[in-house]
Amino acid sequence: RSATSVGAIRFACYQARSFCSGGGGLSAAAATATESAGSSGASLQHADQGVEAGGILNAAKYGGRHHVSLIPGDGIGPELMDSVKTIVNVAGSPIDFEEIPLSAERGTDEDMRRAILSIKRNGVGLKGNLETFEGMTSKNVQLRTKLDLFAYVQRCKSIEGVPSRYSDIDILVIRENTEGEYSQLEHFNVPGVVESFKIITEAKSRQIAKFAFDTAIKTRRHRVTAVHKANIMKLSDGLFLDVCRDVARDYPSIEFNDVIVDNCCMQLVARPQQFDIMVLPNLYGNIIGNIAAGLVGGPGVAAGMNIGRKYAVFEAGTRNSGRSIRGKNIANPSALLLTTADMLEYLGDAEDAKKLRNAVLTVLRSGIRTPDLGGSSNTKEVVDAVVQYLLQVRGH
Amino acid sequence: QPSYKMPSHQLLLQLMKRPSQLLQASRGLSAAAAGGTRTVTLIPGDGIGPEISNSVKKIFAAAKVPIAWDEVDVTPVKGPDGQFRIPQKAIDSVNKHGIGLKGPLATPVGKGHRSLNLALRKEFNLYANVRPCRSLEGYPTPYKNVDLVTIRENTEGEYSGIEHIIVDGVVQSIKLITETASRRVAKFAFEFALREGRRKVTAVHKANIMRLSDGLFLKCCREEAHKHPGVEFAEAYLDTVCLNMVQDPTQFDVLVMPNLYGDILSDLCAGLVGGLGVTPSGNIGESGAIFESVHGTAPDIAGKDLANPTALLLSGVMMLRHMQLGEFADRIEKACLDSIGDGRARTKDLGGGATCSQFTDTICSRVA
Repeated sequence: RSATSVGAIRFACYQARSFCSGGGGLSAAAATATESAGSSGASLQHADQGVEAGGILNAAKYGGRHHVSLIPGDGIGPELMDSVKTIVNVAGSPIDFEEIPLSAERGTDEDMRRAILSIKRNGVGLKGNLETFEGMTSKNVQLRTKLDLFAYVQRCKSIEGVPSRYSDIDILVIRENTEGEYSQLEHFNVPGVVESFKIITEAKSRQIAKFAFDTAIKTRRHRVTAVHKANIMKLSDGLFLDVCRDVARDYPSIEFNDVIVDNCCMQLVARPQQFDIMVLPNLYGNIIGNIAAGLVGGPGVAAGMNIGRKYAVFEAGTRNSGRSIRGKNIANPSALLLTTADMLEYLGDAEDAKKLRNAVLTVLRSGIRTPDLGGSSNTKEVVDAVVQYLLQVRGH
Repeated sequence: QPSYKMPSHQLLLQLMKRPSQLLQASRGLSAAAAGGTRTVTLIPGDGIGPEISNSVKKIFAAAKVPIAWDEVDVTPVKGPDGQFRIPQKAIDSVNKHGIGLKGPLATPVGKGHRSLNLALRKEFNLYANVRPCRSLEGYPTPYKNVDLVTIRENTEGEYSGIEHIIVDGVVQSIKLITETASRRVAKFAFEFALREGRRKVTAVHKANIMRLSDGLFLKCCREEAHKHPGVEFAEAYLDTVCLNMVQDPTQFDVLVMPNLYGDILSDLCAGLVGGLGVTPSGNIGESGAIFESVHGTAPDIAGKDLANPTALLLSGVMMLRHMQLGEFADRIEKACLDSIGDGRARTKDLGGGATCSQFTDTICSRVA
């Protein structure tokens, strides 16, 4: 084992510990609630942290307007970000985007450094997916680990008007976002043999577990389910599970249970309504998050957010670059628009968030849909419909 | 319409490494084909294992299948060195016969001895786990017309069992990917696809994140694809496959992947068609093959005549086809599926009211 990888592990451990020694992890909540349903979902506000933890002062606001870092990304990212900019304009939301030129092709260390600096400066980012070509390290993972966006939150809720085999699904997937299988520590042991390390630390497990339970309290949900494979990976997933159980003891009002990941998949396709909040290590979170997103309508309507103690980066839930449909005007803008609504809420503009969310959901309900949802409209038509709705609402 | 065709005589011989076994295999095969009896190891397992094994024996007898059963117990015993091991008798049996049928075994969570299932796989070098998932007529789920096969590398990857505590509170788990194992399972996947008349093999990976390990696996798949031009080849990210699987599983045919992804994806696919209670599974090795039901031991219903033997029975059907006893396989499979289709004959877990014995008897009467 090389010295650098051990050094990396020790450093990660130190970092994780220092973050956890402060007051409880971020209390945040995701809310893509439909207005008609009247479900509250507590608002996603950084302000709760208070000034000491860096609170709302961390999100840049100049002259009353939020400054948000924008990384268009690859594939359908750029075209969809254009839609976002148009709609944010029409909606009159006080957001200025600082566009960062970072992509798979343009991605030197300097570009990455600038991107990270920008997000640190602004406190909030909106990003598309950056493709990873062969031989490259994933820039998406780099961003998340360098900004310590330790939680990835996906709200998977059945949407009226979106075809699905199921109804009444409302799952909050809370996934550890910075360690586990994504530690990017690999080497050739001997030619033809590769070792890849999955790192699980108590500190990060505790951080994500606490985040999950705090979120449960904030959103008034009832149950947290830990997903793991501790029967096979007794030490690593065993540690994760033990920590979750330990944290659960501090939240007696929240029910806690655990399920093995393969059984979880089966349960999800049999009876997804049984799940409430799910907390998972990185890779399982990736899998379960995608399954849950598929159950409620697919990549076109999934929103996701990367949350850290100080920064937050919003992106389309299933993180697809959509390379194959790039430039064809058939990409579904709903996912990114719903994510933007979540971002508005995070920034404290609950009204604007609600307006935007309603606009998107109304358009989806009305049948104006892109092919991925079984419709025949193109991206522009969906965007125009959302714009129309917002203009109508504004007119009142 | 059964999708499993007979393996070629030569291919089966290639699967067995040792010369004595080659002889045995050829003798066994011709014996079976000529009407002689072939002996197969039977591992009833724990919980509901014994009762569903009895069902299978009963049904096979009713169909007059030329198979004799050599029943063994694989509960670990303490060896002279203090280590727990599978009893030698069991090992000898499987090595001798080369084919086994296995019921569910219990695995403790978190602590305790290493998974018995894993131990069996390592002992007999069962390198490929094959799970066909087909929608069952008569037992509809929200997913229609599913017909795919997951082929999972069965010996290494994330299940190498190598974990360390680096410092207090930091655990490292090692995922091992070797070129040998990857190539072996990739080769099997393509040969399987060709043999079964399947049109496409998709390698499932996460090489964008695990560049070296999954990258190596992918490289081996690509090379094997090159050597088997008769089969279409595609690559897909694991998360994209999961996303698409729950929206439209009919787009998938044969999927080949490393251990962990295979474990999760094969269970996901089983869930699409009705769960583990109806899913057969085969483990192919260099020195034999073991077919097994993949559900749990269900200790809460053990001994109450409530168990559903379908999974073990369909695994037995897979085994018959592997042994070139396709005719018997077809008859038993049809009897089983027809009985499931008949609402009254189904067991409780499939929404019916029949006991295990009643369901078994229904199949026996259909197959005789």
